[in-house]
Amino acid sequence: MTTATPRPVPGPPKPAPPPSPRTDRSDSGRPDSGRIEEPSLTGAQALVRSLEEAGCEVVFGIPGGAILPAYDPLLDSTRVRHVLVRHEQGAGHAATGYAQANGKVGVCMATSGPGATNLITPLADAHMDSVPIVAITGQVAKPLIGTDAFQEADITGITMPVTKHNMLVTDAAEIPRAIAEAFHLASTGRPGPVLVDVSKDALQAKTTFVWPPELRLPGYRPTTRPHGKQIREAAKLICAARRPVLYVGGGVLKAEASAELLALAELTNIPVATTLMALGAFPDSHPQHVGMPGMHGKVSAVGALQKADLLVALGSRFDDRVTGQLATFAPGAKVVHADIDPAEIGKNRRADVPIVGDCKEVLVDLLAAVDAERRNGTADLTEWWAQIDAWRATYPLGYDWPDDGSLSPQYVIQRIGKIAGPDAIYAAGVGQHQMWAAQFIGYEKPRTWLNSGGLGTMGYSVPAAMGAKVACPDAVVWAIDGDGCFQMTNQELATCAIEGIPIKVAVINNGNLGMVRQWQNLFYGERYSQTNLGTHKYRIPDFPLLAESMGCVGLRAESRDEVDRTIRQAMEINDRPVVVDFVVGADAQVWPMVAAGTGNDQLMAARTIRPLFDGDELNADVDTEADVTAAVNEQSQEQDA
Amino acid sequence: MMEKHTLSVLVEDKPGVLARVSGLFSRRGFNIASLAVGPTEQAGVSRMTIVVSVEDFPLEQVTKQLNKLVHVIKIVELEPSQSVQRELLLVKVRADGTVRGQVLEAVQLFRAKVVDVAPESLTIEATGTADKITALLRMLEPFGIREMVQSGMVAVGRGPRSITAATVR
Repeated sequence: MTTATPRPVPGPPKPAPPPSPRTDRSDSGRPDSGRIEEPSLTGAQALVRSLEEAGCEVVFGIPGGAILPAYDPLLDSTRVRHVLVRHEQGAGHAATGYAQANGKVGVCMATSGPGATNLITPLADAHMDSVPIVAITGQVAKPLIGTDAFQEADITGITMPVTKHNMLVTDAAEIPRAIAEAFHLASTGRPGPVLVDVSKDALQAKTTFVWPPELRLPGYRPTTRPHGKQIREAAKLICAARRPVLYVGGGVLKAEASAELLALAELTNIPVATTLMALGAFPDSHPQHVGMPGMHGKVSAVGALQKADLLVALGSRFDDRVTGQLATFAPGAKVVHADIDPAEIGKNRRADVPIVGDCKEVLVDLLAAVDAERRNGTADLTEWWAQIDAWRATYPLGYDWPDDGSLSPQYVIQRIGKIAGPDAIYAAGVGQHQMWAAQFIGYEKPRTWLNSGGLGTMGYSVPAAMGAKVACPDAVVWAIDGDGCFQMTNQELATCAIEGIPIKVAVINNGNLGMVRQWQNLFYGERYSQTNLGTHKYRIPDFPLLAESMGCVGLRAESRDEVDRTIRQAMEINDRPVVVDFVVGADAQVWPMVAAGTGNDQLMAARTIRPLFDGDELNADVDTEADVTAAVNEQSQEQDA
Repeated sequence: MMEKHTLSVLVEDKPGVLARVSGLFSRRGFNIASLAVGPTEQAGVSRMTIVVSVEDFPLEQVTKQLNKLVHVIKIVELEPSQSVQRELLLVKVRADGTVRGQVLEAVQLFRAKVVDVAPESLTIEATGTADKITALLRMLEPFGIREMVQSGMVAVGRGPRSITAATVR
């Protein structure tokens, strides 16, 4: 274990200012009706006032030419804290991490042109994972729009496919409504990112600030109340099913419905599988939890979905990473599919009982309906549980220590989970370390696992952890990152150090783009094209030194006996961010695995073991390694690591 | 089997709404066969008539995705038997003295109109279903079509009911 030379950070880390009540403005503008009317404000002031009234406490952003007017009143706001990031992508992911950690709308701000285009990746990321964020961008003045002006980009045009909605505001009087609508759209129905592009002249013009503005959204009416008849149908199927599974997705977390889920699960004794987006919605340690399904899912979870006679899909969307080849997914299962987005129902898999509604309301109604239906008797799940228990006993999640004596990445991640515990928040990057963090940490509570599930955004981890730490300053926040991901967004550590956001970063440093390397190992004849990053061979960058240069503490662990000690050391540092370089073996792989393009029946528990779900009896078929690799190669013509 | 479906889509008359709708079709891999946009009897509400070639299953997905657009207020599928569907055609046909009579005969047969005359050509306006327009064009083709322009299809349901009633608060 090495600690790079301590050096003073440029100025002591500033503690986060506590959210203080507004004192700078009298309430004279607020008559009894609660209606606020403040004359003679600039559009920029109206924007900041709108953010305050919309409940925004933090903005992550970077100023620039077109958004400059908005930054002036922001300086005076005591209700909105601005966190100055180093790259707009960091602002976007921080807003996402903030929203995922506390359920509120995350806000990021950027200037026109390149500032706005740098937000595209986090917007697409939040869109895929249904995270409520509002992005505010400056736009060139209205007379200049369309003239290829300096730092002009058609950001509403560009972000149309990756936002829930977006709008261009060129009239100062429209700013409060735009902000109110953006917050409403982002946080209701199926949550998602909303971008508000405001022209510079609108920010500079005088207007009267009126709050609350009237929302004009005639085409927006999300359905939250489930249909009673569908609920009763679902309850009948649930009570009659002999091999049911609750297939739980991120929608349950978004609806804050974990307690209701637990109640339904315990009432019915049905196995629960939580997807990558739903980890923490149901305690990993609960005896009814069968694990995470999908490409790198646990055998018991993949098997349970595959062999089920009823899938109760709650806020999940039958993503290809869960279903594998759709045609062979859960062939014997009827489907109850509940989601707040009607377009998800029947998109990939036909639903026998479609339910449109908010997961919490669905679960509350289902609980009552199932309780009533149970009086007519329920199916016996003993055999089903025996099958699942056999899978669990035979194929627990596990890993081997590397032959070359190097550190096991799974061990490192498992120890972080044990030492930091279930109250900590974990934000992962994308790749092998993400899957290991999903498998080996153990999530007990909602909103403790943040990751980029849909878009698979490398570089998500550090800024998302920053946002989560701002949202939950009292929680321990660990970024579990890879050496590849970390090099994409680690500049935000400077932000964390200066703004007093003491996150902890575990760089699971295997010297490679590990997941890609795993695919090259399995499917490309071990030809390792462009996956070695040199972080082992040359130690470039030297992560602890890099961390120290940005005002963080840099630590390193390279052997098993250093792991616990280093984690504990990191846990004790709370006045600044900590980065731990865990130098781990390059050859560790993520198992189980369903190769892309193949069916879930082809799940491999480990490199040489296929549980053979297609047989009636549970049995393991141990092939030779060569046979299996050949078989996997044959089955996956299209690969998309 | 690929079938044509006619969707009437009520949208808020906002900048960019056409881009939102057409962009949704292209990024979800659906083909627009015809598109017409215009105002309605209600201020601030436009109506798009979109003819899309899809199988039944993705049609449901198209309408659900369209419904998610904030500016889309309502979508109705118009069955050909339950609606009046019209396209507008303007076609400039080569028609000197020798064939002018024959061209005019075709115009009358199809209850079309001549809207511009020149020594060498006639410009004809015709409205009708896609089938009628196609048939007229087939008749005119031998004379030589110099230029033609065709609108997207517009359609309205038969009977007294209105799809716009009570949709805009």
